[in-house]
Amino acid sequence: MPMRLEILTAEGVLFDGDVDSVVAPGSEGELGILPHHAALMTMLQPGELRYRTAGGESYLAVHGGFMEVSGDHVVVLADAAEHVDAIDAARAEEAVRRAQERIASRSADMDIERALRSLRRAQVRVRVTRRRRERPTTGLPEG
Amino acid sequence: MPSVRQLRGRIRGVRSTARVTRAMQMVAASKMRRAQDLALGARPYAEKLREVLAHVAGEATTDSPHPLLEVRPVRHTLVLEVTPDRGLCGGLPSNLNRAVARFIVARETPTAVITIGRKGRDFMARTGVDLKASFDAFGDRPTLADVLPVSRMLESAYVDGEADEVHLAFTLFKNTMEQAPVVTRLLPVEPAALEAAAGSPDHLYEPDAAGVLAALLPRYLEMQVYHALLEANASEQSARMVAMRKATEAADDMIETLTLEMNKARQNAITAELLDIVGGVAALEG
Repeated sequence: MPMRLEILTAEGVLFDGDVDSVVAPGSEGELGILPHHAALMTMLQPGELRYRTAGGESYLAVHGGFMEVSGDHVVVLADAAEHVDAIDAARAEEAVRRAQERIASRSADMDIERALRSLRRAQVRVRVTRRRRERPTTGLPEG
Repeated sequence: MPSVRQLRGRIRGVRSTARVTRAMQMVAASKMRRAQDLALGARPYAEKLREVLAHVAGEATTDSPHPLLEVRPVRHTLVLEVTPDRGLCGGLPSNLNRAVARFIVARETPTAVITIGRKGRDFMARTGVDLKASFDAFGDRPTLADVLPVSRMLESAYVDGEADEVHLAFTLFKNTMEQAPVVTRLLPVEPAALEAAAGSPDHLYEPDAAGVLAALLPRYLEMQVYHALLEANASEQSARMVAMRKATEAADDMIETLTLEMNKARQNAITAELLDIVGGVAALEG
């Protein structure tokens, strides 16, 4: 029996449909949600979110947010999120390098918090795109 | 009857006004499309966040509540009003100002106002309402970071007990022709109806209920304010587009009427001149 997954950001609805399973980067580590999961409310840390539908597995980079599970209905409220196909891998890697340089050569007036955040963001993007290369989204379900 | 020359001058004036309003209509139309997309895109997230928070707030009332969930007897009310900076958008700012004024009058408690945008600020200052703070409008593409100082201010006003309830007033975008002023309660958060909460078992929390709430509540405030900005902006651009289209149409009508009048005046002048000549000739011959 499938469950309904909604992935929402302030920009719009990223996904709304039936899925068989969801794996999300919870604040206490990665957690998988299958149908009939207990009601749950968790914070999300930046990382990879994947869900499986009849058509295969899809990957997203999420940058923090919340997830609520209640009665076979999963709602992801992401601060920001993007589908793996929407990420430009080369640009993400470039962004990691830039952010690292900026942090290494830190000047007095720079906003270190912000620099670290953008580094984190870029790293998540890179990680998710690497996943895509290892396991294409259209591939057979694992296991 | 005005002379042909006077009429010609007026037509020229109206035509240049029409040129300006037409240009403003075009600008508003292109901004409107993006503003509408942004507002509609943010809606599901804002609504869901509200819903999720209502669930959590309904459950969390038993333990020691988060300061933002604390419900106190209302002695002071605070309203955040989101208005445009600029006019020429029909009745939108005054409709909203009137709605807020009515709301304040209906409250029995002393009510303070924080405004975003000049139209609200000017109105509140003029009417002598307790204006606590005012922010300039954030333009066509507000960011969450823009909103932070505002939502922090609301948060601290509530936590410090300066206000026992916080309302949010803005113009809700319905469609291009229709925008409605609304005043909704932001704080304290309305917990989900108890019977609904009783039906579903309590949530598990990660890391824990307090941690989740501490992250969720500020986010909720930010998002509601941000969303109100997007709605207000979509409403403003739509109202301006419509107002400017009406102005352009009115100007075009006026040009038509004036042109007709001018032609009549010109014909009359010619007729009068002909009559003069004919009369003169008749006098000479006679």
